[in-house]
Amino acid sequence: MTILLLADHDQHTLSDATARALTAASATGGTVHLLVAGHNIGAVAEAAAKLSGVSTVLVADDPALAHGLAEPVAATILEHAGDYDTIVAPATATGKDVFPRIAARLDVMQISDVTRIVAPDTFERPIYAGNAVETVKTSDKIRILTIRTSAFNPAEAGDTPAEIKTVAVPQASWRARFEEEIVTKSDRPDLSSAKIVISGGRALGSADRFRDTLGPLAERLNAAIGASRAAVDAGYAPNDLQVGQTGKVVAPDLYIALGISGAIQHLAGMKDSKIIVAINKDEDAPIFQIADYGLVGDLFQIVPEFEKALG
Amino acid sequence: MKTILVPVKMVLDANVRPRVRADETGVDLTGMRLSINPFCEIAVEEAVRLKEAGHAEDIVVVSIGPAKAQDTLRQALAMGADRALHIQTDDSPEPLAIAKLLRAVVEQEKPDLVILGKQAVDDDCNQTGQMLASLLDWPQATFASAVSVDGDRLRVTREIDAGLQILSLPLPAVVTTDLRLNEPRHCALPNIMKARKKPLTITSPSDYGVDTTRRLTILSVRPPAGRKAGIRVSSAAELVGDLRQAGVL
Repeated sequence: MTILLLADHDQHTLSDATARALTAASATGGTVHLLVAGHNIGAVAEAAAKLSGVSTVLVADDPALAHGLAEPVAATILEHAGDYDTIVAPATATGKDVFPRIAARLDVMQISDVTRIVAPDTFERPIYAGNAVETVKTSDKIRILTIRTSAFNPAEAGDTPAEIKTVAVPQASWRARFEEEIVTKSDRPDLSSAKIVISGGRALGSADRFRDTLGPLAERLNAAIGASRAAVDAGYAPNDLQVGQTGKVVAPDLYIALGISGAIQHLAGMKDSKIIVAINKDEDAPIFQIADYGLVGDLFQIVPEFEKALG
Repeated sequence: MKTILVPVKMVLDANVRPRVRADETGVDLTGMRLSINPFCEIAVEEAVRLKEAGHAEDIVVVSIGPAKAQDTLRQALAMGADRALHIQTDDSPEPLAIAKLLRAVVEQEKPDLVILGKQAVDDDCNQTGQMLASLLDWPQATFASAVSVDGDRLRVTREIDAGLQILSLPLPAVVTTDLRLNEPRHCALPNIMKARKKPLTITSPSDYGVDTTRRLTILSVRPPAGRKAGIRVSSAAELVGDLRQAGVL
């Protein structure tokens, strides 16, 4: 069996999601080829070649792939799909955008957000925002999977780098045209892979207070900053910080929820964190039902005290 | 644009906590409140706004599901859609089969735009729109948080992991909606009454020659591993002490 894994990257750096999806891909049993599709992606390919468990890195380099758009990326994978019986991507924005296009063309029913490989054709995945877990067995000849990366540990670096091969990119006039990207710059660790995440909710009250309250503490703990949907909808934080069913799913060692009540939607994105701390002035907030440590009180008072106690 | 097609799905109401059946065959929907999938409602709203702004003439909504799915179609009609199509089935076709049925509807209705929710909050698959675009060989813009008409093209802002991405698409195209695209309107009673008189056609999957046999066998549906409430601490200092002891600080 040979498995094709689509690497997730921003054209410069290979994301941690790729190493996690690799663990899942390897668990389906077989040789893994890692496809890096992009433009001027030498550094990404080299990083990919170092991952343990990758036998070959396939590099698809073309200006049309520079922004990871669905049409050219899907066409590139389809060009090579015939060599594989399992095709895998991390369930990142790109994986979610591209993979159903491939599945439909191959007449395969995709399995989204896999959290456990039970057997090469049997998988667990969350449904109903994680309120239930279904185990499904596929009857399709090719398996197309996206991986919920927070459910898998990242693959380590290997001893010998994998072979790097250039592969063909199909040429066509792609119709969706890239116009612009508005990327939030941050010096903080990446939300999806940080060991500590501090998230704020609507109780923060304004964008300024969100930044001034979470920023220094995150700096101190080298933590990533997250937000509830309510905080993002209110404009306190950008959309890429949203943790939840439709935002990012995280599972850090420590998740600190500040002024977040704990809607089902939010819990779906963080309930697999190792330790959850909730600070909220409403003692009946649902977040306390899943928190390992709960502290009832005014977060604007508690956060400075917390920083002070850190010494 | 002349016609916009909006596929919608009826799901367990997003505010109801799902209960897994004791025999592990699925989530129990008996007697539960069923509603339009929140992302689909946003798609209907966006289509109606495009029509109100003079960018479209005709909005067709389609739902594939049991008889009760007509409630969802009537809601979409009350919001401002013009016509409804109900492909009635008591099976739960998978996204691949749904996309094939929608392709057949697109071939009949010839819309310039298909706008639909990015995922249904029951199976959380996030596949149908992309599959439909692929089957039709149309361009797509998923996870839209803003849509505007730009001459004969569509300008779509997408929510991606790193922030926002803006694409320009020729028509016809498929767009899937994210949460922040709009806030759907509430339907006033006169519009609900008017919606009862709008045309609703009923067909069945076999009318389109689409095989809806499931590819995935559901072996079990279980509740997730439980997480118990921990302890309450009384001060920030105590919390820091506990977290240090747990080795996470």
